[in-house]
Amino acid sequence: MSAETEPLRLPAARLRVPQGFRRWAEREAVFSWFMIAPPMAFLLALVGYPFVYGIWLSLENRPVAQAGTFVGLANFTADFHDPVFWQVVQNTFVYTGAATVLKMVGGLGLALVMNQAFRLKNLVRAAMLLPFIVPTVLSTVAWMWILDPSFSVINWLLIHTGLANPGPSWLGNPGWAMTSLIVVNTWRGLPFYAITLLAGLQTIPPDLYEAATIDGASMLDRFRYVTLPLLKPVVFIVTMFSLIFTFADFQLVYVLTRGGPANATHLFATYAFDIAMSGGQFGLGASVALAMLPPLGLLIVALALYMRRRDG
Amino acid sequence: MVERRGWRVRALQLWLPLGFFLFFELFPFYWMAVTSLKPNQELYNTHVMPLIVYHPTLKHYVDLLSETNFLVWTWNTLLVATVSTAISLVFGVMLAYPLARMNFPGSALIAFAVAATYLVPQPLLFVPMADIIQRMGLGNTLTSVILTYPTLLIPFCAWLLMGYFKSVPRELEDAARTDGATRLQTMIRVFLPLCTPGFISAGIFAFTLAQNEFLYALIFLTNTSVRTVPVGAIAELIRGDVFYWGQLMAAALLGSIPVAVIYSFFVEHYVAGLTAGSVKQ
Repeated sequence: MSAETEPLRLPAARLRVPQGFRRWAEREAVFSWFMIAPPMAFLLALVGYPFVYGIWLSLENRPVAQAGTFVGLANFTADFHDPVFWQVVQNTFVYTGAATVLKMVGGLGLALVMNQAFRLKNLVRAAMLLPFIVPTVLSTVAWMWILDPSFSVINWLLIHTGLANPGPSWLGNPGWAMTSLIVVNTWRGLPFYAITLLAGLQTIPPDLYEAATIDGASMLDRFRYVTLPLLKPVVFIVTMFSLIFTFADFQLVYVLTRGGPANATHLFATYAFDIAMSGGQFGLGASVALAMLPPLGLLIVALALYMRRRDG
Repeated sequence: MVERRGWRVRALQLWLPLGFFLFFELFPFYWMAVTSLKPNQELYNTHVMPLIVYHPTLKHYVDLLSETNFLVWTWNTLLVATVSTAISLVFGVMLAYPLARMNFPGSALIAFAVAATYLVPQPLLFVPMADIIQRMGLGNTLTSVILTYPTLLIPFCAWLLMGYFKSVPRELEDAARTDGATRLQTMIRVFLPLCTPGFISAGIFAFTLAQNEFLYALIFLTNTSVRTVPVGAIAELIRGDVFYWGQLMAAALLGSIPVAVIYSFFVEHYVAGLTAGSVKQ
C-alpha cells in the first residue's frame, strides 16, 4: 500500500504552489478578470484615453504639429460666436430628423411588404441589403454621378419628359443639396431598418393575429394593436442607432458636398474635420467635435443602459 | 372574379411597393455598371440616351488597373480588414465569454462600457486620434488603422457573441468541469467549437465594417502605397475639378464585389449579426 502511494507524493509536493495559484485562477471572478483585462486595457488605451485627451485638446490653442497652450473655454466661446457653428447645429438637426423619419416610415413600409409570402423572397432580401453592405464611399460616388450638375441622369429624364429644363442643380443649390443628402442617407439606411424590423415582425406569433381577426379587428386595428406594440422595442433600438450614426455622419457629406454650398450642408463631423485637418487648428476642431457630445452622450447612455438591461 | 381581385390586391400590396423599393435601392448599382462600361465620348454626350450602353468598353477597367494603384489599395483593404477582424474576434471572445457565463464583481459596469463603446461614432474621437497616431509615428502605416479599427469592431463583436453565447446550453461545459477541465480548457476545447455560427456572423459583419471605414483611413493614410480602396478612389480618381467618372465607377464596382461575394455566401449569418442587437429571437 505504502509502496504504491510513495511515488505519487513527490509530484504532488512539487505542484503545491502552482496548484494554489491554479485554484485561485479558477475562481470565477479571477478567471473573468484575467479574460477581460487585455481587451479592456486595449479599449481604455484607444477609446478612453483619446476621449479624455480630446477634452484636453478642446481646452487648448493647438496648431497642428506645435505645442499647445491652455486657453480654458476660449474655443467653445469662439464656437458660440461663430455663425457657421449655429448653421452646422441647424443642418445636423434637420439632416438627422428628416433622414430618420424617412428611414423609419420607409423601412417599416418595406418590412410590412416583405412580411408577406412571395417567391424569391430570400433573393430580394439579399439584394435589398446591398446598399448597406457596399462601402459607403463607393456607393456615394455613384450618387454623385447621378446628381452631377451637367450629366445627371435625373435631369436628363426631367428634360426629355419636358418636366423641367435645365433641371435643379442637385448639389449646387443649398436646399436641394440638403435634400439630396437626406435622400442618399435614406437610401443607405433604409435596408437596415427594413431587415431589422422584418426580423422583429417575424417574431410576432401568428396566433395573435388570428385571435385579433376572430375578435373582429380590421387590418388597421391589427397593425395598431398587435404589430406596433410588439415591435416597439425593435423600433426603439433601431431608431436610436440610426439617430446616433446619422447625427455623427461624415462620409456622405464629405464625398457629395464637402459641406457646401456656402456651409449649407456642413455637419458637426465635417465642420470639425475642416477646422482640424484642413485648417490645422486641433483645439478648435476638437471643441466642435465635442459639441456633439451632449445630445449624442444622452442617446448613447440611454441606449447602452437599455441594451444592457435587455441582453446584459 | 375572386381570383382576379386577389391578383389586383396582391399587385397593390406586394409587387408595386416592392418594385418601387427595389428600383430605388438597386438603381445606383445599375448606374455604376453602365457608367463604367461607357466610352468617354458616350459618357460626356448629353444628346445620347444615358440609360443604356451603345458601345461597351472595358477601357476604364484597364486604365484603373494599369494607371492607378487600385490593386495595391485592394490588397491593403483586405489585409487591414482581415487582421483587424481577427484581433477583434479574439478580444471579443475574451469580453463576451465572462459576460455571458460568469458572475463577477463589475460585470454590470463592463457590459455597460462595452455597449457604450459600441455606440461611440468615430467623428467624436478623430481629432485626438489623429494627434495620437502622429505622435506615435504611425502616420502613413497600415498599423495605424489595424490598431484603431478594432476599437470600432471589438465592442460590436463582444456584444454579438455575448448574445450568441447565451443561447448555447451549459450542459457540455458543466460536464467538462466535472471531468476536471480548467475554465480555460472548457472554454477553448468545449465551448468555442460550438459557436462557429456566431463567429461567422461577427466576423463577416466586422469585416464589412472594416472595409467600409473611411474617416480614420482618410486622416491616417495620405501616401498612395498604404491607402485603402475608399480613400484611394476619393483622393486619386478625383483630381481637383477633374473627375475620372468611368474609372471611379469601375473602382466603385470592383471595390464592392469582394464584400458582396462574401456576403452572398453568408446572408443568413449577416442578417443574424445585423439584427443581433435589436431583435431577441
